[in-house]
Amino acid sequence: MLLENTIRNKRQEKDILLMTHIVLGYPSFATNRKVVAQMVENGVDCIEMQIPFSEPMADGPVILKANQESLAQGTSVKECMAFGAEMAAEYDIPFLFMTYYNIVYKYGEERFFKDCQKANIQGLIIPDLSPEMGENFFKLATTYQIAPILIYAPTSTNKRMASLNRSANGFIYCAARRGVTGTKSSFDEDFDTYLARCKAATTLPLAVGFGIQDRADVASLTGKVDMAVIGSQTIRLVDEKGPEAVGPFIAGLR
Amino acid sequence: MDTKGYFGNWGGAFIPEILHETFEQLKISYAEARKDPAFWQEYLQLMGSYSCRPTPLTYAENLTKHFGGAKIFIKREDLNHTGAHKANNVMGQGLLVKKMGKKRVIAETGAGQHGVATATMAAKFGFECTVYMGEVDVQRQRPNVFWMEKMGATVIPVKDGSRTLKDAINEAFRDWVTNVDSTHYVFGTACGPAPFPEMVSWFQSIIGQEAHKQILEIHGRMPAKIYACVGGGSNAMGIFQGFLGKDNVELIGVEAGGKGLHSGQHASRLCGNDATPGIAQGYKTMFLQNDEGQMLETHSVSAGLDYVGVSPILVDLWEQKKVRFESATDAEVMEALDLTMKMEGIIPALESAHAFVQAFKEAPKLGKDEAIIINQSGRGDKDIFTIAHAFDDPSWKQFIIDRAKEYDK
Ligand SMILES: Cc1ncc(COP(=O)(O)O)c(C=O)c1O
Repeated sequence: MLLENTIRNKRQEKDILLMTHIVLGYPSFATNRKVVAQMVENGVDCIEMQIPFSEPMADGPVILKANQESLAQGTSVKECMAFGAEMAAEYDIPFLFMTYYNIVYKYGEERFFKDCQKANIQGLIIPDLSPEMGENFFKLATTYQIAPILIYAPTSTNKRMASLNRSANGFIYCAARRGVTGTKSSFDEDFDTYLARCKAATTLPLAVGFGIQDRADVASLTGKVDMAVIGSQTIRLVDEKGPEAVGPFIAGLR
Repeated sequence: MDTKGYFGNWGGAFIPEILHETFEQLKISYAEARKDPAFWQEYLQLMGSYSCRPTPLTYAENLTKHFGGAKIFIKREDLNHTGAHKANNVMGQGLLVKKMGKKRVIAETGAGQHGVATATMAAKFGFECTVYMGEVDVQRQRPNVFWMEKMGATVIPVKDGSRTLKDAINEAFRDWVTNVDSTHYVFGTACGPAPFPEMVSWFQSIIGQEAHKQILEIHGRMPAKIYACVGGGSNAMGIFQGFLGKDNVELIGVEAGGKGLHSGQHASRLCGNDATPGIAQGYKTMFLQNDEGQMLETHSVSAGLDYVGVSPILVDLWEQKKVRFESATDAEVMEALDLTMKMEGIIPALESAHAFVQAFKEAPKLGKDEAIIINQSGRGDKDIFTIAHAFDDPSWKQFIIDRAKEYDK
């Protein structure tokens, strides 16, 4: 409930919220720190921090490369946990972890939830874990009051969306299109029909992600959903122009 | 398989939501095919007319004499069209794709055998075809890349991660989530999310069905032991299924021992102590991974066994002690290959040669009235560059140098 309420309250003040994505340890934790600071100072409402995994099946080239380079530098889950705790203590916005299920499984599911709770992490996005496959995970999410964020896709049927809604919490992450992270999406009529189906299936706030890259993209979502997710684009920006470029970029999004 | 796709503690379907609906459709098509006897008839017919089935069970008389123990029989999956058991799975899935009405197929490939088989099937059935192959494997298995391209497939070298089979699988999944409406992913082994492990094993069970019949005809009773190499586990599952539950038949899976089980450079998941339970590439199995769940680099002289995971069905059978696992090192593999070529005039693929290694170790300990079967999953011609290199063959080297000079002009 915590995350959902935070999002609803913030939404009272803004027409659309922004969630951004960073890959932990890429290019370094020091840069992550600078990037997060710039994001928060420029009004980002929620940040998902990806714990790198060697097999990021649902990620496109930009995030894939970031995962690999972070791991090549020796990033550990423990460091990610500590970084998450540090950020959550320093900034007054919700921080989430995004990763793949094997990371949680190997860490020990209950231990992972305990440590997330200690670190004040408010939600988890695990794209390869469905409620059917993650019974224990979803139980623990309730016990530890950490929102398991579920994903809707354009290929999800109405029935499937309704069934996912029963296990979801915090908000629903609507993938804007088929495919992996990182390439541009178009917000056309089909997209509106899809959004209408998402809205009909849940009362949770809706976030939309995959391929949101600029002010125009954010504008086309304003009024339709609660939160826009910017993923690969800031990683690209840091690669090309350094962490200082993130602040002005975020400020220019809405 | 239970309703969630598990075999005991292993398997399942850990897939992104985008693929959920397509898996639901696949499960339905697969269930319908299994229920429909006409489907299997059509499959048998196709394999008989297009792929040389039933493949023979060859009595290896010279090897038998050489080892002086059990009679050694070789199940000749190398005589399939395209030279490996991979055709069995691919043609089966091809028939399913036709039923599902999809027009494009994608595949991952390690040794290139699965890729070649998929390219063949796509050419025959008129599907568009893209094959993902790790850059390392493209180098090791260049002849197969050539054939795939000649049959009209697009081969995409995968440059991420360890640039081998697992990375090709990730890339194929990325393609699939993007093109899910038009495309079927022809998974190449008995791994991946449910229903793939069971479905691939079902198509491969044709090997065991034939071998069961053949050994009774030739030998008059059940064999003592059956040997198969295990990459993902599809050829092993294929032959084992014909003999599972037969009390006196021991089933032995042979993994890639690479440079030795203690070298850290191998791909042995079930024998050896380096693998632990994990979830990746859509399924739960024993993975070669570190304490935090990051996959490790594997090594094998054979591209097709060089993989971090293994069939969840085999892990379950291993836990139940129904299959024993052994490993063969790169060096042992070269020796067994050499011996088999010299004595029988048969050229096993490097993958298959792993099974030969273990069979050769155990055959002398068995009585002369007993029989063993080695599943020769494929033929070695594809490995000509690797084998020639490993044998350090001088005349081959000279040929390559001369040919390169010719192209250089
Ligand atoms: C000839 C041959 N044998 C064996 C294998 C290993 O696969 P599996 O364990 O699925 O049979 C391969 C895989 O590429 C192969 O090409």
